Amino acid sequence: MESEQLYHRGYCRNSYNSIASASSDEELLDGAGVIMDFHTTEDDNLLDGDAASPGSNYAMSNGGGAPSSTTHLLDFLEEPIPGVGTYDDFHTIDWVREKCKDRERHRKINSKKKESAWEFTKSLYDAWSGWLVVTLTGLASGALAGLIDIAADWMNDLKEGVCLSAMWFNHEQCCWTSNETTFAERDKCPQWKSWAELILGQAEGPGSYIMNYFMYIYWALSFAFLAVCLVKVFAPYACGSGIPEIKTILSGFIIRGYLGKWTLMIKTITLVLAVASGLSLGKEGPLVHVACCCGNIFSYLFPKYSKNEAKKREVLSAASAAGVSVAFGAPIGGVLFSLEEVSYYFPLKTLWRSFFAALVAAFVLRSINPFGNSRLVLFYVEYHTPWYLFELIPFILLGVFGGLWGAFFIRANIAWCRRRKSTRFGKYPVLEVILVAAITAVFAFPNPYTRQNTSELIKELFTDCGPLESSQLCQYRSQMNGSKAFSDNPNRPAGPGVYAAMWQLCLALVFKIIMTIFTFGLKVPSGLFIPSMAIGAIAGRIVGIAMEQLAYYHHDWFLFKEWCEVGADCITPGLYAMVGAAACLGGVTRMTVSLVVIVFELTGGLEYIVPLMAAVMTSKWVGDAFGREGIYESHIRLNGYPFLDAKEEFTHTTLAREVMRPRRSDPPLAVLTQDDLTVEELQATINETSYNGFPVIVSKESQRLVGFALRRDITIAIENARRKQEGIMLNSRVYFTQHAPTLPADSPRPLKLRSILDMSPFTVTDHTPMEIVVDIFRKLGLRQCLVTHNGIVLGIITKKNILEHLEELKQHTEPLAASWYYHKKRYPASHGSNGKPRSRVHHVQLIRSFQDGRGGGGDDSEEEEVHLLDGSNL
Amino acid sequence: MLAGLASVREKIIIKLTKLVNLTISVLAKRNSEDIRCKCICPPYKDVEGQIYKQNVSLKDCNCLHVVEPMPVEGKDVEAYCLRCECKYEERSSGTIKVTIIMYLSILGMLLLYMVYLTLLEPMLKRRLFGHSQLIQSDDDVGDQQPFANAHNVLSRSHSRPNMLNKVEHAQQRWRRQVQEQRKSVFDRHVVLS
Repeated sequence: MESEQLYHRGYCRNSYNSIASASSDEELLDGAGVIMDFHTTEDDNLLDGDAASPGSNYAMSNGGGAPSSTTHLLDFLEEPIPGVGTYDDFHTIDWVREKCKDRERHRKINSKKKESAWEFTKSLYDAWSGWLVVTLTGLASGALAGLIDIAADWMNDLKEGVCLSAMWFNHEQCCWTSNETTFAERDKCPQWKSWAELILGQAEGPGSYIMNYFMYIYWALSFAFLAVCLVKVFAPYACGSGIPEIKTILSGFIIRGYLGKWTLMIKTITLVLAVASGLSLGKEGPLVHVACCCGNIFSYLFPKYSKNEAKKREVLSAASAAGVSVAFGAPIGGVLFSLEEVSYYFPLKTLWRSFFAALVAAFVLRSINPFGNSRLVLFYVEYHTPWYLFELIPFILLGVFGGLWGAFFIRANIAWCRRRKSTRFGKYPVLEVILVAAITAVFAFPNPYTRQNTSELIKELFTDCGPLESSQLCQYRSQMNGSKAFSDNPNRPAGPGVYAAMWQLCLALVFKIIMTIFTFGLKVPSGLFIPSMAIGAIAGRIVGIAMEQLAYYHHDWFLFKEWCEVGADCITPGLYAMVGAAACLGGVTRMTVSLVVIVFELTGGLEYIVPLMAAVMTSKWVGDAFGREGIYESHIRLNGYPFLDAKEEFTHTTLAREVMRPRRSDPPLAVLTQDDLTVEELQATINETSYNGFPVIVSKESQRLVGFALRRDITIAIENARRKQEGIMLNSRVYFTQHAPTLPADSPRPLKLRSILDMSPFTVTDHTPMEIVVDIFRKLGLRQCLVTHNGIVLGIITKKNILEHLEELKQHTEPLAASWYYHKKRYPASHGSNGKPRSRVHHVQLIRSFQDGRGGGGDDSEEEEVHLLDGSNL
Repeated sequence: MLAGLASVREKIIIKLTKLVNLTISVLAKRNSEDIRCKCICPPYKDVEGQIYKQNVSLKDCNCLHVVEPMPVEGKDVEAYCLRCECKYEERSSGTIKVTIIMYLSILGMLLLYMVYLTLLEPMLKRRLFGHSQLIQSDDDVGDQQPFANAHNVLSRSHSRPNMLNKVEHAQQRWRRQVQEQRKSVFDRHVVLS
């Protein structure tokens, strides 16, 4: 094993050498302006002579990116072609190239800075634009969150009744100044009319109950119908939670229109409808999407961000922090969420900007004060009761429950979504939404805990029973004979109200669990945080009350005797609800740090950090035992997004040449030659293939690599040349070299495409272990990497190839022990035994098409999964 | 169709100006009903639990100022008040009003536009152009060829001569995008399933 590793390491050093030599000779020659006829040069001589060339060139030339710095200096007369360097829909961005582009731009601005006051102002504006854009994003997402909160509260109460004095008030606001002074009537006021009161004229009785029931279902159905129609007609991308897609986008994927204006508007509008329809969903996940839309839209105001996909992703990271900040009223939690869950590339600069964006957003939401409680969230609670060490056992049990629920939910939901995706059942999204909404409404109304808004339910479950509370959950027996003041004696026997609440909560738990599985993934905006938290809170509260009663009836037990003296405050059921909520959310999303911080910011009690940590960690362990992926990764995999997870480790021993395309039986790798193609041939190559990039080689005879040209850039450049340059015909010669090749006198004007050529593509040798290749892709964010052998292009590895490879390995996890065998036997040295170079043609394994690149046998559903991967090959 | 769009935009502008005016007027006069001090007093001896709400300022928000009439005798007042919890709360009814009205008007406009797009427009088109052209216009999505795409990119950078053309062009592009999105979400199920 050790020797094998050494062997590999030796190889990889070789490969770096080969990169250095392959790109450096080209650069050196260009810089000197020497015209070298590559056709006549003996390749191997050149290579050998280069072995001693200084390696410092490597960094410089490789940092060059597409219009690399040297090209720029030499081609400054040519104006840049508009559109070159942009990406198509469903393509992966090249982080290296984008970062280089940004550095280039930055250098340009810096060098001009001293020229005039105007240029100086421009440079200042450029330096500040990062902060400006996150400020605007924070402002907008705070304001939108306020709007969503207020509107959703109002619409939710619209299902039950309406405020006659002021139509726009919800129930709570309507009774703001009412004078109903008794506890029994605390929720009633003359201004607020239920639908039965309005229509039938009576508030009580079976008739009015049925009327209210009917109106509840009616409103729920109409809200759900409106939401799904709006989504379908205006912006289909507005559905779902959005976090899996945002994760993918942040890792460097392009989904055009996903963060656009219409998506923003429709998502905001329909989110309110979806929440109000009573479906088992929350608004927290979609708020992240809304904030990211704001970030994307505002980044168009600043050229620094609008023209650079990598920079734009920094803004989006900050925006997602702002989204969580307003969703939970937890600014720090938002920043950590962005760091832990969604972001792919998160430098310190982005951390500060995320912090600032979260701060601004929270500030705006706070000044809007949507709930009238001077807090950012409805379920803000404050405890000061202590907890005891033995309570860690129920907390850990809650963690186990959370982990089990998370694993079960992920399995069930993914199975259901796969069914939706692959069968005809997915063809009726509107019908599905209506059906789920109807079932939810019919079953939710009879139970008071499912009838009310889920946030309110969580708030009620979190709240501790004090003397001021009058809810059913707090009807302890001592309070019922109200003649004595019992407020100092919290551990009480449960009254009939509590027992009634218990079985209602149990029913609510079952109901929520079932409905959430079918709701997440509906074609309406639907978040997962709130339903998961509700499930955890219900379970936690049940456990909490059970513990409390246990402590009351058995206060002479060893455990309770130690800590719970008679009459002392010992068990806080609200705290159990909170821990349960955190555990369930942790089980579903597999977040740890950010989740604890979010819940901690919700409660404002430092002393509960340890219980929360214990529960969240347990739930993550238990959940991971059943499957390592959280719900978002599972959805990413289900949809087949090209997302290279940085958390997973690559432990297999495969080599680059086993992963690269073309494979053994594929047609040859489509390559371009640097100076003997005509426009017609080039167009034919592009039309016949569906590849998104082509390696450029010296000539057919010597397959030595020159650079890499992207399909999109080539098409744009040819089209541009047809419009702007005269004399470009179908038989014009295309050349990628510095100087035009010598042509016959009667031939049409040649077309120079050097400006779109990436002369420093990333290369590895064919024997590079995949561990290293995967690491390079992850750390640098590459889009593609060429595989060479002695400077000769053998094939190409793209991000999607790597993902396919990982998928394959996951299916047959047998160790590929024999891999070292390959590089001993299969690849003969380029020099034959007699010392003469062999012909090049054999080395280029020109094999099967990219399209059906998936090697191992997979059934139909898996075929479906990689659909997106196949659709765009780079 | 174009006229419809223009009128919708005009309506939006009018609505927005109205909204801005409304916001300003609402924010100018601070509603005195927007503050309250809410005291919740638990049961005490033979007095039932009570909730008191008064419209007082923050510094007066305590049991002595808010609870009136005091349900207990002089020497019990202190004990009674100790149990009460008083909270000062603020809201902005103007913001709520504006938000709800704004939300409903946007929702209403979207619904009208949706009805127009799904029901009225196909009918109008059929009446104006006849059946054949309708089919043809649905077919002309030609970005399957690689060079058509480049064409799009380059033509985007050219400025359009007149405003109307630009609006129509933008609308066409938007519709094509939505169609594409619908196809990928609902038919092919490649994203967001």
